Amino acid sequence: MRTLDASMIVPKVKALCMSANYYLGEDVLKALNEGLEKEESPAGKAVLEQLIENARIAREEKVAMCQDTGFAVFFIELGQDLHIEGDLYEAINEGVRQGYEEGLLRKSIVSHPLNRVNTKDNTPAVIHVEFVPGDKLKIIFAPKGGGSENMSTMAMLKPSDGKEGVVNFVVEAVKKAGPNPCPPIIVGVGIGGTFEKAPYLAKKALLRHLGERSSIPENAELEEEIESKVADLGIGPMGFGGRVTALAVQVESHPCHIASLPVAVNIQCHAARHKEVIL
Amino acid sequence: MNGAKRLTTPLKDSDLDNLKVGEKVFLSGIIYTGRDAAHKRLVELLDAGKELPFNVEGQVIYYVGPAPAKPGKPIGSAGPTTSYRMDAYAPRLIEVGLKGMIGKGSRSQEVVESMKKHKAVYFAAVGGAAALIAKSIKSKELVAYEDLGPEAIFKLEVEDFPVIVANDIKGDDLYKQGMEAYRRV
Ligand code: SF4
Repeated sequence: MRTLDASMIVPKVKALCMSANYYLGEDVLKALNEGLEKEESPAGKAVLEQLIENARIAREEKVAMCQDTGFAVFFIELGQDLHIEGDLYEAINEGVRQGYEEGLLRKSIVSHPLNRVNTKDNTPAVIHVEFVPGDKLKIIFAPKGGGSENMSTMAMLKPSDGKEGVVNFVVEAVKKAGPNPCPPIIVGVGIGGTFEKAPYLAKKALLRHLGERSSIPENAELEEEIESKVADLGIGPMGFGGRVTALAVQVESHPCHIASLPVAVNIQCHAARHKEVIL
Repeated sequence: MNGAKRLTTPLKDSDLDNLKVGEKVFLSGIIYTGRDAAHKRLVELLDAGKELPFNVEGQVIYYVGPAPAKPGKPIGSAGPTTSYRMDAYAPRLIEVGLKGMIGKGSRSQEVVESMKKHKAVYFAAVGGAAALIAKSIKSKELVAYEDLGPEAIFKLEVEDFPVIVANDIKGDDLYKQGMEAYRRV
């Protein structure tokens, strides 16, 4: 059994908060550049050019690529043979506190959905923990902006709705979202599991390296079909009209009950930020 | 942006007469920031027949909640927020002379009608292009509602702030027309 002091986690989380918000992933940047070549609409092209330039400025000047630096969402993979000395959750929150303050990132969390009083340090974070074999701690940080999160949705379909039902539901969600989630978007889809599992899968789907297909044939097929239907919608970059509405559709699945077909859509804007560290 | 028009605030009706949806514009001059909470307060003042903290006539409001500024810089990253949240308030401000709004995403039919009736336009800025947009903001000064933090009303001095006309005074809508032009279903 390996032991890790929780205080070691704080500076790592702090650094992740800053780097994720300053440096757009190479995979996203590549997809934006490919989008620029594909895009037919002049307004759409102008948007993509601005986004590529924006990513460069953010990287060079070490400033937030988007002012909405998001809800601090964490996916933790905790090795079963690792003992954490101290409070893991508190260590993560402290890292967020420090990272958002020093990194000049916007604090966007209110303490209760109805009182709307800002917590002023962007905590608490949303923290998902999964146990994995080994004695390492993997911390994935994926800040999520409000604009695209607000356009996310889920439904409990009937098993008879099948693939067509899933495709229609996802395409309809993208259509309804229109320009609001800052297209080009990445569409995270979770199918199966239970009522709470599907949205979790949809969010996890967003962590995949952009451009990689699911290794599950049914999911890969869904991804392709939804991508082609979404391209036909004509929404385009920022909703100004065009071809490049989604950079990718990414599907994750889980076994489900004989009576149900849960489907969740988590929409991610082009500011698709996630960075990870292993301790 | 190539082939962009240049406009300086405050905007006059004659500035807006020939603006068409899809047109790129570089805005310069003074613009004001405001989001949900500030809009609510402005409309409450109008309802009570009181004076607003700034004269909206000919002005432009930018829907933004910026990130904190680096030392020596006027503002942090400052891209637009989603405009539909201000739809309930916008027509009241347009009635008293507001000429422009900057945000992202489409507006309600009511706002579009109001822009047509009173001659005002809605400019879309590129959502998420926040570091790039911040470069066109030269100064920032508090106008009202300090207690709202990043949601307070600030006066910004901008130079060549890049926007695109999303709704013009004829009632045209870039979001509808753009999607229509590229739709294949
Ligand atoms: S949806 Fe994304 S890119 Fe758009 S404002 Fe929000 S965080 Fe920024």
